[in-house]
Amino acid sequence: MANSHTAHDAHDDHHGAPQGFMQRWVLTTNHKDIGTLYLVFAGIMFFLGGAMAMVIRAELFQPGLQFVDPQFFNSMTTMHALVMIFGGMMPAWVGLANWMIPLQIGAADMALPRMNNFSFWLMPFAFILLLSTFFTGGGAPAGGWTLYPPLVLQGGDSFPMAMFAVHMMGASSIMGAINVIVTLMNMRAPGMTLLRMPLFCWTWLITAYLLILVMPVLAGAVTMLITDHFFGTSFFSAAGGGDPVMYQHIFWFFGHPEVYILILPAFGVVSEILPTFSRKPLFGYESMVYATASIGFLSFIVWAHHMFTVGMPLAGQLFFMLTTMLIAVPTGVKVFNWSATMWKGSLTFEPPMLFAISFLFLFTIGGFSGLMLAIAPADFQYHDTYFVVAHFHYVLVPGSLFAIIGGVYYWLPKWSGHMYNMTLAKWHFWLSAIFVNVLFFPQHFLGLAGMPRRIPDYATQFADWNAVSSIGAFGFGLAQLIFPYLIWSCVRGGEKATAHVWEGSHGLEWEVPSPAPYHSWSEAPAIELIERGAAH
Amino acid sequence: MEQHGKVANRSLTIKLVLVALGAFGFGFALVPLYDVLCTITGVANKANLTQAARIAEHPDEAREVTVEFVAQVPSVGSWEFAPVVTSMKVHPGRLYEATYTARNLSGRDTYGQAVPDVAPSKASAYFRKTECFCFTPQHFTATENKTMPVRFIVDPALPEYIDRITLAYTFYDTQAPSAKR
Repeated sequence: MANSHTAHDAHDDHHGAPQGFMQRWVLTTNHKDIGTLYLVFAGIMFFLGGAMAMVIRAELFQPGLQFVDPQFFNSMTTMHALVMIFGGMMPAWVGLANWMIPLQIGAADMALPRMNNFSFWLMPFAFILLLSTFFTGGGAPAGGWTLYPPLVLQGGDSFPMAMFAVHMMGASSIMGAINVIVTLMNMRAPGMTLLRMPLFCWTWLITAYLLILVMPVLAGAVTMLITDHFFGTSFFSAAGGGDPVMYQHIFWFFGHPEVYILILPAFGVVSEILPTFSRKPLFGYESMVYATASIGFLSFIVWAHHMFTVGMPLAGQLFFMLTTMLIAVPTGVKVFNWSATMWKGSLTFEPPMLFAISFLFLFTIGGFSGLMLAIAPADFQYHDTYFVVAHFHYVLVPGSLFAIIGGVYYWLPKWSGHMYNMTLAKWHFWLSAIFVNVLFFPQHFLGLAGMPRRIPDYATQFADWNAVSSIGAFGFGLAQLIFPYLIWSCVRGGEKATAHVWEGSHGLEWEVPSPAPYHSWSEAPAIELIERGAAH
Repeated sequence: MEQHGKVANRSLTIKLVLVALGAFGFGFALVPLYDVLCTITGVANKANLTQAARIAEHPDEAREVTVEFVAQVPSVGSWEFAPVVTSMKVHPGRLYEATYTARNLSGRDTYGQAVPDVAPSKASAYFRKTECFCFTPQHFTATENKTMPVRFIVDPALPEYIDRITLAYTFYDTQAPSAKR
């Protein structure tokens, strides 16, 4: 061990980050730098996708057509989804994984650092390609993010560009996932057994397996769309003996695990934050691991609940309805464990804790509306209405996004070495938590009253709740501007952070100084540190 | 230690890449699997819908079933396409003929391909076509008007609760830019 350490020193000096923009950022193989790049990229995409959401809500503020024409509106809904899912959420999680996984398991870096660099640098190019479709003749893709044929095949010049962008994002995600699995399997410090890993690592391990199993299926579906469009195949063309409904099956075979890819790491982050600020170990660590694995498995056998209305045999509807409802069991285990973690704890309400607690409440609301949608006969009423929009925004915004924000507030002092402005961060939380409900809760009412999704204009009986929802959207959007300002000022300076940062923090990432040095855990951590961190 | 770690990383990476490639192949394997599942569940039996059946006539005079005929065109401008009669009452087990007419509006030589569908899906296994214009592409000269027959027998084994069957054809222009793609 000692020998290999000296050999390691010889070619990789400990002086810190290389000088020069090119060496430091473009050619970097350092997990912290790549994590930062991913997070900055995700931040830019969140604001870009958010701007598109503002266009959508401005247009829907009143009935009638005010600001944009319907084609552009459809581009907005389509691109908002693609940018947020593939450009915001997924890179944000990969960024957090890059930063935290090596620190949490006592590894010097990710297992495959060069591939790590490549998988990040694919992303900006994928999104340049995707976003440049706005400047093509027919405009950006407008057929919905699910890319259903035959509509998507009529997309004009934007079609091949969007398809290749999806291919590039998929390749990037698969490489990122392989990197996470290899790191977690091979690079754990001696003594860091699988069942001592922090839950963020566990949820990411399962997420990574989902990614390598379903992103290639999306690549397959996209490839079939491309060959249908350009090479005369008829996978989805009824004229040539294909079936457009089959696309929906293949897409949602990817799509349902995909939504768990977006939420499982959030479960991990919340499972880190709640024990810290409750000053208690996580309740039911092992059941959390098993519940996450069960959710991962079940995600593969529920896909057709996205398409109950296409015409399916009764047995199929029953199967997908019941398996979908089954997911509530492991999810319920998790919600119970989080509540039990806080039970009789010495709670304090720092910004990460506030975001984690609101995650717990609001994600559960999104889970309940999901259960309502799982009921096949009732889904015929809800299908493609704003009820669905309300449901998935409740699980993605106060769910995944709040967990990302909470995670950033939790680990930011470790990254920057400074504490941030707690008062302003609490303002950020309260404005976000209030406006997110003003924004999305009325959409349940709109959906139950029958307002369809993806429409730029609507009947006047929907006017009031749409106006409320739009006000919520503008408030939520403005409140998010606090976030980059806080991060910027925290990186620039502020009160020095201690190594442990939070009173109740536990785990290996808090055993390195703040800010985390450019090279950490070059030498494996002592076994006592691992045992102390994993005292659950 | 270092060397060992590198070898282990490489072998696991290769395995995971193979898993990803396998998943890519699985996406394509879903295409034939989908047809198999559709046949098993009876949603749509492609062979039954698009190939000629041989079935002897055993008319069941006591029973009467309504067969409705529906015509659809996927896009405006290619065809006029309609059934000659929109519905008929038939006895299961007896051979009947219905006709559809199509007029080529595209202004050029082309081929039309009809894609059939039977509703309710449970009935599709009992609706037997001995001859149909949907089995092969139909040639049309510019502005040609054609009457096309379909001969069918409703299998007497049709479940009791079904008293109405809808036969729908979608008529595609296989030479249209959107079909050629």
